[in-house]
Amino acid sequence: MIKTNKPLQWSVLSIGMLFLYIPIISLVFYSFNESKLVTTWSGFSVKWYGELLKDDELIQAAWISLKLGLFTAFASVVIGTWAGFVLARFGRFKGFTLFAGMINAPLVIPEVIQGISLVLLFVTMLDIWGWPERGMLTMWIGHVMLCVSYVAIIVQSRVKELNKSYEEAALDLGATPLKVFFVITLPLISQALISGWLLSFTLSVDDVVLSAFLNGPGSTTLPLVVFSRVRLGLNPEMNALATIFITVVTVGVVVANALMQRAERRRMKEMQMAFQS
Amino acid sequence: MNALLKRFLPKGRTAVIAVPFAWLFVFFMLPFLLVIKISFADLLIGIPPYTKLIEFKDGVVHLTANVGHYLFLLQDDLYVSSYLSSVKIAAITTLVCLLIGYPIAYYIARSNPSSRNVLMMAVMLPFWTSLLLRTYAMIGIVKNEGLLNNALIAIGIIQEPLQIYHTTWGVYLGMVYNYLPFLIMPLYAHLVKMDLTLLEAAYDLGAKPWKAFVKVTLPLSKNGIIAGCLLVFIPAVGEFVIPELLGGSDTLMIGHVMWDEFFNNMDWPMASAVTCAMVLLLLVPMAWFQYVQVQELEGKS
Repeated sequence: MIKTNKPLQWSVLSIGMLFLYIPIISLVFYSFNESKLVTTWSGFSVKWYGELLKDDELIQAAWISLKLGLFTAFASVVIGTWAGFVLARFGRFKGFTLFAGMINAPLVIPEVIQGISLVLLFVTMLDIWGWPERGMLTMWIGHVMLCVSYVAIIVQSRVKELNKSYEEAALDLGATPLKVFFVITLPLISQALISGWLLSFTLSVDDVVLSAFLNGPGSTTLPLVVFSRVRLGLNPEMNALATIFITVVTVGVVVANALMQRAERRRMKEMQMAFQS
Repeated sequence: MNALLKRFLPKGRTAVIAVPFAWLFVFFMLPFLLVIKISFADLLIGIPPYTKLIEFKDGVVHLTANVGHYLFLLQDDLYVSSYLSSVKIAAITTLVCLLIGYPIAYYIARSNPSSRNVLMMAVMLPFWTSLLLRTYAMIGIVKNEGLLNNALIAIGIIQEPLQIYHTTWGVYLGMVYNYLPFLIMPLYAHLVKMDLTLLEAAYDLGAKPWKAFVKVTLPLSKNGIIAGCLLVFIPAVGEFVIPELLGGSDTLMIGHVMWDEFFNNMDWPMASAVTCAMVLLLLVPMAWFQYVQVQELEGKS
């Protein structure tokens, strides 16, 4: 049996976690500070949360971001699942390398590059067809491009793990491939779809660079407003907003993870029972 | 069974591949080809603010390509030094992330299975929350009267606050902080799959723990190291938000230069040329990343 050096392991992991969490904890802590000076503590107060509710610019931008995030998450899951399934199950078709490249590249390519290239595409289209004006639609396409690759990679690795015999059995029993996909494959990869949906939503709601290139009049998203304000330095209202955002995401991710793990355990158990009987 | 599968597949197969392929081509490849095209155009006051490359005049096709932007890129010091400085910042970020991330990934992979999931989730959670807000949180740490300076002064290491905010040091701190999870994820995935009996064999044959690590664990996690480093390095070269919030006037990064050309100077052809040069710079690391990913894809099947 391999033994690890427990004290060393413990200290490495705690230092790592402290590094990751101290900034976030201090941000949350100071959101309850009375003083306008963010880093000087002067007493407990929730007044900055009250200020948030009165800030019309922020609330309007938050609505736009929320809508955009929902649309992006749904579209990314549909297109990303499709692309990921093709990547996993269609072997080495003609143009496979280009296809895989177009999925992998957006994972790493700097966002400024994607931003300028998409804006040039939309401007050229506007020049030729008089459509589309920069706004929600163009931002939506940009955000979907940002998220599709993540969904495709998650789905592809899940599909690879699947046991092909379920799908083969359904085909043998006369189901069409399309029906097999919707009735057998999709439920089996539902966890990957949920992760992909959540990740797309948070990526979209957080995006600054693509939105800056692709937004139009009246479609300023929340991160753009936040970015322009925090450029000037700390601001207690932003601490309050960040605290709300972080809480929502944390609760969402923890709950989703717990539910998925429970479903996974149940599935394992059912599988065991099926094989035993 | 196979006969049945084949009867259905061929017809629909091409169409099923074509849809996502077309989507990716139109919104990823095509825009990029346009960037290349516009980088050879001239600046024009109007909408769109650049000249056409191909024009029909008197039934003859005129092609005008302007390589001036590229010549300017090479001649002007600002661009060359921004490229070099971006690469330097990205490389140092990657190295520091690796030095911090490797031990973390290693010890998470060696934890007992029940705590592994919790620990990985703790690493992933900051990645799920916003990059913008995490960078903002970093301002509160590195400011002159921020947590880091206050702590250092309280212990007595320094008397005067260190100027980190609005300098390249702040950018390094913010970049490492934000990109660390990207390096830990692929590393962990490789380390957790590792067959521990190999290490036992090395120990049995008399290898010291350090030697066993260098000879066994390190080579086995090589692909994880490569994937993680590329996942940090490539986006870091073009990073915009972090240097914008934490950096100062001495921080030169190419993402900012391109942004300036596009939004402030409204010089779209120049911005395109800067972008093309950036992609050229990243072509080798990106091809490498693609190679590693495809290898991974085929290794699993």
